[in-house]
Amino acid sequence: MKRAIAALPILVALIIGAFFLWGLNPDRDPSAIPSVLISQPAPEFDLPPVEGVGLPGLSRADLYGNPEPVVVNVFASWCVPCRAEHAVLTRMVERDGVRLFGINYKDKPDDARVWLEELGNPYERIGSDLDGRAGIEWGLSGVPETFIVAGDGTVLYRYVGPVVGAAAEKKFATALAQARSRDGGTS
Amino acid sequence: MIPEIGQFALALALATALVQSVLPMLGAARGNALWMRSARSSSIAQLVFIGIAFAALMQAFVVSDFTVANVVENSNSLKPMLFKIAGTWGSHEGSLLLWVLILAAFGAGVALFGSNIPDALKARTLSVQAWISTGFLSFLLLTSNPFERVFPPPLDGNDLNPLLQDVGLAMHPPLLYFGYVGFSIVFSFAVAALIEGRVDAAWARWVRPWTLAAWMSLTAGIALGSWWAYYELGWGGWWFWDPVENVSFMPWLLGTALLHSAIVTEKRDAFKSWTILLAILTFSLSLLGTFIVRSGLLTSVHAFAVDPERGLYILGLLGVTIGGSLTLYAWRAPSMEGGGLFAPVSREAGLLINNLLLATATGTVLFGTLYPLFMEALTGDKVSVGPPYFNATFIPIMLPLVVAMAIGPFLSWKRADLKGVLQRLWFVAVLAGLAGLATWYLARGGPVLAYLSVAIAVWLLIATLREWAVRIRLFDVPTAEAMRRARNLPRAAHGMTLAHTGLAVAMLGFIGSTAWKSEEIVFVQPGSVIEIAGFDVRFDGVETVRGPNYIADRGTLAVSRNGDSVTTLYPERRSYPVARSSTTESAIRSTLAGDLYASLAEPASETVADQGAWTLRILYEPLVNFIWIGAAMLVLGGGLSLSDRRLRVGAPRRASRSGPVATPAE
Repeated sequence: MKRAIAALPILVALIIGAFFLWGLNPDRDPSAIPSVLISQPAPEFDLPPVEGVGLPGLSRADLYGNPEPVVVNVFASWCVPCRAEHAVLTRMVERDGVRLFGINYKDKPDDARVWLEELGNPYERIGSDLDGRAGIEWGLSGVPETFIVAGDGTVLYRYVGPVVGAAAEKKFATALAQARSRDGGTS
Repeated sequence: MIPEIGQFALALALATALVQSVLPMLGAARGNALWMRSARSSSIAQLVFIGIAFAALMQAFVVSDFTVANVVENSNSLKPMLFKIAGTWGSHEGSLLLWVLILAAFGAGVALFGSNIPDALKARTLSVQAWISTGFLSFLLLTSNPFERVFPPPLDGNDLNPLLQDVGLAMHPPLLYFGYVGFSIVFSFAVAALIEGRVDAAWARWVRPWTLAAWMSLTAGIALGSWWAYYELGWGGWWFWDPVENVSFMPWLLGTALLHSAIVTEKRDAFKSWTILLAILTFSLSLLGTFIVRSGLLTSVHAFAVDPERGLYILGLLGVTIGGSLTLYAWRAPSMEGGGLFAPVSREAGLLINNLLLATATGTVLFGTLYPLFMEALTGDKVSVGPPYFNATFIPIMLPLVVAMAIGPFLSWKRADLKGVLQRLWFVAVLAGLAGLATWYLARGGPVLAYLSVAIAVWLLIATLREWAVRIRLFDVPTAEAMRRARNLPRAAHGMTLAHTGLAVAMLGFIGSTAWKSEEIVFVQPGSVIEIAGFDVRFDGVETVRGPNYIADRGTLAVSRNGDSVTTLYPERRSYPVARSSTTESAIRSTLAGDLYASLAEPASETVADQGAWTLRILYEPLVNFIWIGAAMLVLGGGLSLSDRRLRVGAPRRASRSGPVATPAE
C-alpha cells in the first residue's frame, strides 16, 4: 500500500508527460481557432425576440432564401468591445445597405433594450439567446463575433472579435464583397 | 573575440558540471573525503565560468555588437542603456543563460555557506545540482547558443517591443527566475536525501534557508509581474489566470506548503516523505513554469519565443529530471520511517490541513491550466479555461485555509487544547463578524462571498496579531516587559506574524478590487461628466502633444468629489511612428483607499470622432494597493525568518549517527 502511494506521483507525471509529447506536434497551433461552420449550412437554431424591443426573433429559416448575403452579429450589452463595434455596424447598415441580424447573447432583455435605445438599433431582427444555446450551435469563442451568411444559408465567413479599426473593417468589407459577388453569380 | 570567450567559458562550465556530477557522488558512496570535497571547488568554478559567459553576453548588448545574432534580434543602438542591459535576458537564449547562472549561484552558495552540512550530504546535493546544470548547459550550447554570429553584420538591430521597455519588466524575470531556480537546490537536497536514505530534523533545518530565499524571490517576482501588468500595461486588472501566471503561481503554492511541512520535519521529525515529495514537485512545477510557454504547448497572452523544435529537447530534460526523481521517490520513500505521533488536534494536524489545502489548490490550478491540452488531445475540441473556473474552484479551497491559518499558530505540538484556543478567539470571531457587517452596511452591494471574505481576512488579521500579543504577553505584563519579551522572541516568530498579517492585508486588496470595482465605458464629448464611485469626472477634450519619439493624443479629465476639485488626470494614447506601434498610457490617481484609473480608447469610428467624441474607460479599484503592501509584508516576513539565529549559526549538530540507520545508499 505504502509502495503504491509512493508510486502515484510518477504515474501522474508520466500521464501528463504523454499529453505533452502529443502536444509538441509542430503542426499543432494552440492559438488557431478552427471554424467548422465555414462553407456549411447555418446551424439549427430558433430564438425568440428580445422583449420590449419590438423586433422579430431570429431562426435558421430567416437565413434561407435571401436575395443577397446577410450579416449575423453576436452581441451583448455587457460586452465592452460591442459598444465600439456598434458604430461600425450602424455605418455598414446605413451606408452600404447591409442586412444585419443580431443574436443577443446571454443578455438580460431589459439591459439589451436600454443599450439599443442609447446607441440606436441597426438590426433587422434580433434573437434573444438567453441561455447561450444558439451560441454553442454557432461555436462562439466569445462576444462579439460576426458571420456572413450567403443567400442560400451557407456560412461564408466568420470574424472573431470586434470589427473595429481600419484593418479589421477592410478585412470584413473584402469578405462581404466576395460574398456578394458569389451570390450575384449564382442567382 | 569576447563572444567566443563567453562560449568557451560555457563549454568549460559544462565540462566542470560533468565532473561534478560524478566525482562527489562516487566519493560519498565510497567514503572518499577528497572526492567529496571536490564538489566545493567545482561548484565555485561553474559559477565563475557561467558568470564570465553572462558578462560576455551583457558586454555584447552594452556595446551593441551587431555581429551577434542575439543582439541583432533583441536590441537597437538607440535603446536606453538600462534596456540594453535588460536585453541580455530578454531573449530565449539570454534568459536561459540567466537561468543556469542562478542555478550555479545556488550550488556555489551551498558550497560556500553550507559549512554545517555533513560532507556526504553536501557532496551528493552538489552532484545532483550538477546533473541539472549539465542538462541545461548542454541544452543551451546545443540548441540555443546565445553567442551565434551573423555575417554580414547589419547596421542596426531590431528593437525590443516598446511595451516591454519598462523598468518593472527588466527586473521581473530575474526575480522570478531566482525563485524558480532557487527551488533547484531544495530539489537537490531532497534527491540527495533519497539516495542517502535518511531524512531527519537536521536535514530540514539545512534546507529551510534555501527554501525561504527561493520563496521570497518568487513572491516578489509574482507581485512585481502583477504590479507591472496593472500599472504599465493598462489592462485594468492584476491577475488574469493566464497560463503563464498560473505556472508561476503553482510553485509558489507548493513552495508555501513546503515551507510549512519542513517545519514539522524539523520540529517533530514527521511528514518526512511528504516534505521530500513537496521539494521534488515544487521544483518540477518551476521547471514547467520556465519551459511550458516556450515549448508552444499552451497558448498565452505573454508567450514570447515559442519554438516547438526545442520543445522535444525540453520535454526530454523535464522527463529525466522529474521522471527520474519521482521514480527514485517511488523506490526509496516507502522505506522512510514515520516520525512522531500527534493527536487530531495539534500543531502538526493544523499544518497537515494547510498542506492538504495548498496541494489541492495547486492541483486545481494545474488541472485548469492543462485542461485545454487534455481536451484537445482526447476529443480534438479547443477550449479555453478562464477566470470563472479558477474563481469557482480556487476560492472555496483558500477560504477554509485562511480560517485555519488563524487558529494554527495557537495550537501546541503533539496535542492541543482546541477548546482553550477557541475561547481565546471568540472575541476575534465577533470582531470579524462585525467587520463583515460593517462592510455590508457601507458598501450595500456586491456578492455575499465578498462580505464573508472580508470577515475571514479580518479574522486572520486580528487572530495573528493576537497570537503575537499572547506570545509577548502584551497587556498582561507592563509594556516594557512585553517589549523585552518581543526582543527575545525568535525572529522566525516575528516573521510568521508579519507574513500572515501580510496575507490578510493582501486578501483585503484582492476582495476590495474584485468585488467593489466600478467600471464605466462611455462615449464622451468635451464637457461630459461621468459619475463613478462618488467622483465626478469631467472630460475636457483631447489635444495632441509630442514626446521624444512619439505623438500622443492626451485627454484632460477634471476629477472632483462633492464639488471639490480632487485632481486632473491625463490619459494618453501614444503612437510610435518608427516602431509603428501604439500604446495606451493610463492615468491613475492612486491612494490607499483605492485607485481611480482612466484610459482613453480610440474613437469608435470616424463619424463619431468628427464630433470630438472618444471612448473613455474609467475604473475605480478600491483597496488595490493593499495587494502590493501585503506582498511586501510577505517578503519581509520571509526575510525576518531567514535571518533567524537558528538558521545562521548551525545550532544543534545532527543527532547521533548510531540508532536505526535506514537502508544503505547503494
